[in-house]
Amino acid sequence: MTALLNVNGLTVKLPVMGELRTVLRDVDLELEAGKTLGLVGESGSGKSMTVRTIARLLPDGADVKGHVRFDGAEVFDLRGEALRRYRAGDVSMVFQDARAHTNPVRRMGDFLTEALCTNDRMPRRAAEAKAIQLLADVGISDPERRLRQYPHELSGGLLQRVMIAASVAVRPRLILADEPTTALDVTTQAEVMSILARMQAEYGMAVLFITHDLELAGAVCDDTIVLYAGQVVERQRSTQLHRDPLHPYTAALVQARPEIGHRARRLPAIPGHPTTAYEAPGGCAFAPRCRFAQDACRRAVPSLLQIGEQGSTRCIRMPDLHGRLLATTGAGDEASDHQRADAAEEATR
Amino acid sequence: MSAPLLAVENLTKRFGSGRTETTAVADVSFELASGGSLGIVGESGSGKTTTARMIIGLEKPSGGRILFRGEDRTQPARTAKALRERGRNVQIVFQDPYTSLDRRQRIGDCLAEVLGVHFKLSRDETKRRVRGLGELVGLDERQLNSLPKALSGGQRQRVAIARALAAEPEILILDEAVSALDVSIQAQILNLLSDIRDERGVSYLFISHDLAVIRQVCDDTIVMRHGAVVEQGATAAVLDDPHHAYTRLLRDSVPRDGWDPASLARS
Ligand SMILES: Nc1ncnc2c1ncn2[C@@H]1O[C@H](COP(=O)(O)OP(=O)(O)O)[C@@H](O)[C@H]1O
Ligand SMILES: Nc1ncnc2c1ncn2[C@@H]1O[C@H](COP(=O)(O)OP(=O)(O)O)[C@@H](O)[C@H]1O
Ligand SMILES: [Mg+2]
Ligand SMILES: [Mg+2]
Repeated sequence: MTALLNVNGLTVKLPVMGELRTVLRDVDLELEAGKTLGLVGESGSGKSMTVRTIARLLPDGADVKGHVRFDGAEVFDLRGEALRRYRAGDVSMVFQDARAHTNPVRRMGDFLTEALCTNDRMPRRAAEAKAIQLLADVGISDPERRLRQYPHELSGGLLQRVMIAASVAVRPRLILADEPTTALDVTTQAEVMSILARMQAEYGMAVLFITHDLELAGAVCDDTIVLYAGQVVERQRSTQLHRDPLHPYTAALVQARPEIGHRARRLPAIPGHPTTAYEAPGGCAFAPRCRFAQDACRRAVPSLLQIGEQGSTRCIRMPDLHGRLLATTGAGDEASDHQRADAAEEATR
Repeated sequence: MSAPLLAVENLTKRFGSGRTETTAVADVSFELASGGSLGIVGESGSGKTTTARMIIGLEKPSGGRILFRGEDRTQPARTAKALRERGRNVQIVFQDPYTSLDRRQRIGDCLAEVLGVHFKLSRDETKRRVRGLGELVGLDERQLNSLPKALSGGQRQRVAIARALAAEPEILILDEAVSALDVSIQAQILNLLSDIRDERGVSYLFISHDLAVIRQVCDDTIVMRHGAVVEQGATAAVLDDPHHAYTRLLRDSVPRDGWDPASLARS
């Protein structure tokens, strides 16, 4: 079976002050119809650029290599009507900052009916009735009143629900959700996620779900991909991600995050800061921050390595380290310093 | 037992009047011990920031008292010196430090300026303290000499913390100060805050909607909803064994294995 979305060897460079800067390197991903794929990474890792490339919304002058195939068709070969249909019908986006994607002087009703009138050529009356139905579908009470309101009259959570309503209105086959809940607090996030899940089940849409929250990805996605410096460093089932990570970076993220049920003496922070693809050193991009790094890691860019049935990793040490990444931490307190020294020693043996 | 460093009693804030009147903070009371760390959690709009703004004097309470070392800050200061002290001993760090930094001012100069406002120091002493603050928060000489735009989000948050600490406050309020940071950077800043607390004995009022972060930083926690405190106690007790339905909802809303957001009923 071919996947609905297939990204292969995708490398993207963007023009910055007269030179091309790499933002994505050799990215592969596959998403089947109706499934949810998580895309996790810290800021600058290339999550939004991946989504924009798939949606063909790259800035002018972008240099793209590799393939993006939707339902078997090369997305970068689409022209005219086919491209319009792809962008306005097949794929649909939900953004982090819903407010920035609305027009402050236009009512929610105009915003919702516009897409229906232009894309589906629906008469105005019918579009309004449909809009009311859409809002009711995402659990918004008193939809008639909401249609007359302006964006600033709606809370962030409510606005995000309207955005979801708008993006499912055209019955897309793929939703690209770029951190749709990052700006929301936990209770509102839970509401928005439950609506997204219900819409997805109802319409059978696939979702590419972007987040920087490993736990959220683990809870709502089938598979998850971890990006670092514009590269895929790990892919596996989401539920396994924080139990048995396949890359030291993922493991370090799991450990650096505080826990709701436990206060750590000291958090095992990751030294340094996340790098972009453009700044990444030769060899493994994570090596400078990795407590398992060896000379060999710095020599060549590792390729994606299959780990049995479980998933894949861009870490040459993984066959050796598998299952032990979470056994010790990189924290600076005494106990774990000993453990870390042990681990380092063991690692060099 | 000694008197608390900060005691907030029946604090209330109403905005607007007549039909548009809203109560942002309703009858809130809590105490912060010297050297302690108190968390305030609650969804957005629950009145956390308004409470903080009243404590630092940016907003005038509609009712209640704010006692700092027993002195009521809702009343006018008796002397010019007392007023200056009020401006110094409680400092605040917000979520987005970039908006509060002067884009044309080098980081080191910014810290020197704050030192100049609060203390009479020689040029050498100022330089020494700027370097000391840089060391405390992990900013090197090169970063102290750069402009805000040359720094990453995490580095700017270090600057904001250094700037607040330059006044040598007794209370540091952190209003969602680590919420926007990447996980790896957030851990660095949380460790930094714990070091600073050990080294300087400063007390924290730590506002966040992130329960895991609250668990890591705060001894005690209050849970706010619609402007009122619905639950308070030791952080471990509040989070492990919540008594109020809203606290349970907050806790159950945190994604985890087997999470089912659709099952979370909201009252
Ligand atoms: N319009 C642009 N021109 C040049 N570089 C860009 C542009 N937008 C983003 N970038 C760079 O691309 C990299 C990836 O960015 P992005 O995909 O937005 O990251 P993420 O969404 O993971 O935070 C970053 O280094 C960013 O600075
Ligand atoms: N200057 C103001 N004028 C009117 N209403 C305000 C003002 N500041 C805050 N509010 C209202 O007070 C309530 C509490 O807000 P806030 O303290 O910012 O909550 P939180 O920090 O918990 O998100 C909100 O309903 C908000 O709209
Ligand atoms: Mg992004
Ligand atoms: Mg606030």
